[in-house]
Amino acid sequence: MQRIINDPDNVVDDAIKGYLRASPSLFAATDHPRVLKYPGSPSDKVGIVTGGGSGHEPAFLGYIGDGLCDAVAIGEIFSSPTADAFLEAFRCAPHGQGVACLYGNYAGDNMNVKMARQMAEMEDIEVKTVIARDDVASAPASERDKRRGVAGEVMMWKIGGAAAARGDSLDEVIRLAQKAVDACSSIGVGLSSCTIPANGKPNFSIEPGHMELGIGHHGEPGIEVAPLTSAEAIAAAMCDPVLADQDFAGSEVAVLISGLGATPVMELNILYAHIAERLEAADIRVHRTDIGNYFTSLEMMGATLTLMKLDDELKPLLDAPARSLAITQR
Amino acid sequence: MHVLDATQGREILEELVEVIVDNRQYLSDVDGAIGDGDHGINMAKGFRLCGESIAGQSLSLSKALGTLATTLMGSIGGSMGPLYGSLFMGMAKSIKDKDSLDAKDFGDMLADGREALEQISDAKVGDKCLLDTLVPAIDGYRHALDAGEDFPQALQALRNGAQQGRDSTLDLEAKIGRAARLGERSCGHLDAGAVSCCLLLTRLADSTERRLEKAAA
Repeated sequence: MQRIINDPDNVVDDAIKGYLRASPSLFAATDHPRVLKYPGSPSDKVGIVTGGGSGHEPAFLGYIGDGLCDAVAIGEIFSSPTADAFLEAFRCAPHGQGVACLYGNYAGDNMNVKMARQMAEMEDIEVKTVIARDDVASAPASERDKRRGVAGEVMMWKIGGAAAARGDSLDEVIRLAQKAVDACSSIGVGLSSCTIPANGKPNFSIEPGHMELGIGHHGEPGIEVAPLTSAEAIAAAMCDPVLADQDFAGSEVAVLISGLGATPVMELNILYAHIAERLEAADIRVHRTDIGNYFTSLEMMGATLTLMKLDDELKPLLDAPARSLAITQR
Repeated sequence: MHVLDATQGREILEELVEVIVDNRQYLSDVDGAIGDGDHGINMAKGFRLCGESIAGQSLSLSKALGTLATTLMGSIGGSMGPLYGSLFMGMAKSIKDKDSLDAKDFGDMLADGREALEQISDAKVGDKCLLDTLVPAIDGYRHALDAGEDFPQALQALRNGAQQGRDSTLDLEAKIGRAARLGERSCGHLDAGAVSCCLLLTRLADSTERRLEKAAA
């Protein structure tokens, strides 16, 4: 392993120290070592909390800030935060008008959030949830409740965060965050494996010269292993299932291309050029495109594509100002 | 009659810590086949922390199991924190204030642990999860007692049920957790939670049996 670490068992805590030192205007420590909060959150709004396993940076902590989330619960690498951590994040976020907990559909997160919600109820903190399920490769549309949450979570945080920032009620924030994630269809493609430092060896393997379409954010096997040929072929393989998932034709979309950690951003742009051609051919208008490392999987090579169908309600929220480690826009 | 001295909770717990820490890599390897390969890491971390916090203390089995439960729930997160945390908390509550356990108390402890686990999760036998080990193990133990067998014989039934249950996950299609998204491609691999549950129940049975023998000697 060629990694910049100390004790492999302490990578998460060691990384938190770095984030706190580097960005004191975005991150403040709390009473829980695995919870960070945004120090600038106004107290008179709906609180937005997220959380999840580490190894997806800048997710999840990179999405706390102005117009986004207020507090984040941080888990071990690829492992849900504890219920204690989610509870402390609820306490640290503005909670007088309730808290929206926006996270992804994974068994551990579901159980820990459920336990934390019960504990929050004892403290009279009202918590409602939206669970992202945007990965089209993880289950058919008819079984959407089984789908994993992937980069569509970024859209959910952006929309929910913007709604809370402008003063929407908890129910309205929840409705809009749900609408946002329902409007998203995502897929990933992996070109290499990734290694959890404490594990010391790759989690799985992708043969050289191959790619895995539909791979999950933790290396969950995808729907097809195919020869790795060209960016154009990858774009086609990714677009087909995404475009088949919803009726995008004739509508306006936001496109998010995220690297999985080890793919150069240049290559993401090569990929996008072909995706843009395909969208144009399918009579889909692109309102905005964001390309970069938004939701990663340690040092996996590959990318995810998220397409979000827009309407007049979602568009201004997506374009609203925000400031965080991962997203800053005026 | 056979009874387990339940005042030596730390000593029993230290054996459970040992079996998980010793199998850290193996559990991660099992998990890596169809999951994300972190099962051994997280379990070993939680159990090691529990071992550190009970070191040198004199604890009842109930207190020691309670410490394990809160350590797992508070420190390891993931799925296993709440699942194992609930299981051990249910077991701890079941034997609160008991200095010794007879064969029936021991069976009730396991059953109460199972009930607590089922309150937090919708998982069922056949989902390819730790319940696939736990339920047949508990059923085996119960049936042995109902058939008039003694404590050590029931412990043997517990081990047999756990091992058969663990092996049953090989051919199962995962219904919950990350492997559920694999559908039939999860077949042919053991479930990591079922494997760790089997390690724990087997060691618990071994430890209990040894203590029964010592008491009888």
